[in-house]
Amino acid sequence: MTEIPREEFVLKCTSACAGCPSSLALRYVLKAAGHDTVLVVPACCTSVIQGIFPFTSLNVTVYNIAFAAAAACASGMSEAFRKAGKKTSVIVYAGDGGTVDIGLQGLSAALEREEDFLYVCYDNEAYSNTGMQRSGATPYGARTTTTPAGKTHPKKDLDGIVAAHNPPYMATTCVAYPQDVFRKVQKALSIRGPSFIHLLAPCPTSWRFSPDLTIEMGKRAIRSGMWILYEREFGKVTINSVSRAALKNPLPLEDYLSPQGRFSGIGQREKDILISQARKMAKRLIHEEEGVC
Amino acid sequence: MLTIATGNKAVAAAVKELRPAVIAAYPITPQTEIVEQIAAWVAAGELDSSYIPVESEHSAMAACIGASVTGARTFTATSSQGLAYMHEMVNWAAGARLPIVMANVNRALAPGWNIWAEHTDAFQERDTGWLQVYVGTVQEAYDTVVMAYRIAEHEEVLLPVMVNLDGFLLSHSTQSLETDCPGDFVPPFRLPHAIDVAHPAGYGTLTGPDDYFRFRWDIERSMRNSSRVIRETEQDFSRRFGRTYAPVEEYRADDADVVVIAMGTLGKEAEVAVDLLRREGIRAGSLRIRWFRPFPDLDLSGRELVVIDRDYSFGFSGILAGSLRARTRADPYSVIAGLGGQEVTYDDIAGFVRGREPGRELWFGVDRDV
Repeated sequence: MTEIPREEFVLKCTSACAGCPSSLALRYVLKAAGHDTVLVVPACCTSVIQGIFPFTSLNVTVYNIAFAAAAACASGMSEAFRKAGKKTSVIVYAGDGGTVDIGLQGLSAALEREEDFLYVCYDNEAYSNTGMQRSGATPYGARTTTTPAGKTHPKKDLDGIVAAHNPPYMATTCVAYPQDVFRKVQKALSIRGPSFIHLLAPCPTSWRFSPDLTIEMGKRAIRSGMWILYEREFGKVTINSVSRAALKNPLPLEDYLSPQGRFSGIGQREKDILISQARKMAKRLIHEEEGVC
Repeated sequence: MLTIATGNKAVAAAVKELRPAVIAAYPITPQTEIVEQIAAWVAAGELDSSYIPVESEHSAMAACIGASVTGARTFTATSSQGLAYMHEMVNWAAGARLPIVMANVNRALAPGWNIWAEHTDAFQERDTGWLQVYVGTVQEAYDTVVMAYRIAEHEEVLLPVMVNLDGFLLSHSTQSLETDCPGDFVPPFRLPHAIDVAHPAGYGTLTGPDDYFRFRWDIERSMRNSSRVIRETEQDFSRRFGRTYAPVEEYRADDADVVVIAMGTLGKEAEVAVDLLRREGIRAGSLRIRWFRPFPDLDLSGRELVVIDRDYSFGFSGILAGSLRARTRADPYSVIAGLGGQEVTYDDIAGFVRGREPGRELWFGVDRDV
């Protein structure tokens, strides 16, 4: 079993909501990264979680930057460190809105230029920081304050977009599996060039479930096949064992959806669409892993 | 070494002397020659900078910000639409107190598409906390980029500087250029608040009204300090290289009854108009405003003023004329001329002076009776 350092970089007294998945995941991201790290944070929940100046709840250097600017800012920073002969890790920690929507152009360009930094998108599937508006990462049928009747478009395939850039390392992970988060961040940072981690962050505030269920919801996402843990290393896909097992014998979708208020009132048609999307994703990954496609 | 160059090449040559660690830029007409020249030098190993070919101006400034906060010297260049697209990060650079130097090749904003000279693009950034300087010759473009780094990086300033040159009229005009290898005129860059991972800090965290307000005042205090730093830098530059600059360039203005005030290449054109008018017996002079931020102190009492704006603030006035009215008791004859690259000759400027109507506004070539 992986030895996770005891040292904490996310200190007590963050201003995160109860049951916050993003600050919990960040705890393991930073344990994996260590002291010699700068975290670049665009507008997202983590902008707030740090607390109010002159205090900060994070014990690494954090550079806060405008919503669309994280990947470009990290590019300049990592180039400057390289020029100065420093080995400091640059990690973008961005929400889904700052990644799949307003920040996508900058991310794409940084991947294309093969900039040397790690981009972690923690995906709570909405603009949770501003009170649960829809983002491109919000799943089909989910209610948000800007899709009060349920979202009528599917979740954007961010991983497909990132994969099209062929970064040396990309992976999905989930806050419910801290050792998986830790291991993948360490691996990403050991590889030169751009790396990308897409982290599912079940958010009690905007998904409307009880704050004590954050980890449970993450586990159910994986066990139902709605989120698949895998890595793509130099183009080679590996589905991680927990997801491999889950895909063989998935938990009923209902077990994942029913605790979430955002899916209340969802009809069978929407459920069928969600299931068909999840199966399509699984099929594509299995084919990729087997080298079929 | 005496050579010839365009305004764009002069900017690039000055940047080469200052050796920024990181240059991030996106091409746009009429700025392209600056970044092409820099990219060529980097590729040839003549300039040891990291050149980041970003996908937009927003990212260009974001990359400069990310590099600058590590303590690295940076440079970018843009124009018009690019500057407008960059606007959010232009604010960020000043608020983050990062002494980034940017060349902006002044160009009109669309629609319709127009690639020619106008100052409205830069004036739209005048409230961002950047120092702004407008140059009139190729040599001045070179010299001012050099001075801009020393001013921006001065510990009592630590604000970004935008060096403006008129699209095509200067960016693509060839004039003589003396290059002096002035690199050591600018001391090595040391950013007091540079990232130091041994001492973790939160940059730009959520900031309440009291602290935010203090940070804004601190920008203004540094902007005020910069007036002195600009004067000292220009004087030092003059002592070392023999070329003299001032925040406001005066031409035969001492005994003038009527003074033409303009910026950029129009300010140089006005000097020719002054000679013409003097030969006619009109005691004319001119002032060319170089530093627009911080705005210079001017004593204009007892003179008639003709102010030429290559820009406009709709529903208000020419931006230079409006600024002069706000900072002095002047009630100038305000001429709006040269928008979208409209040709304005020294004959035209002499005509503005001859036909001046204090307190009124003329849209040159559009309406004689505004």
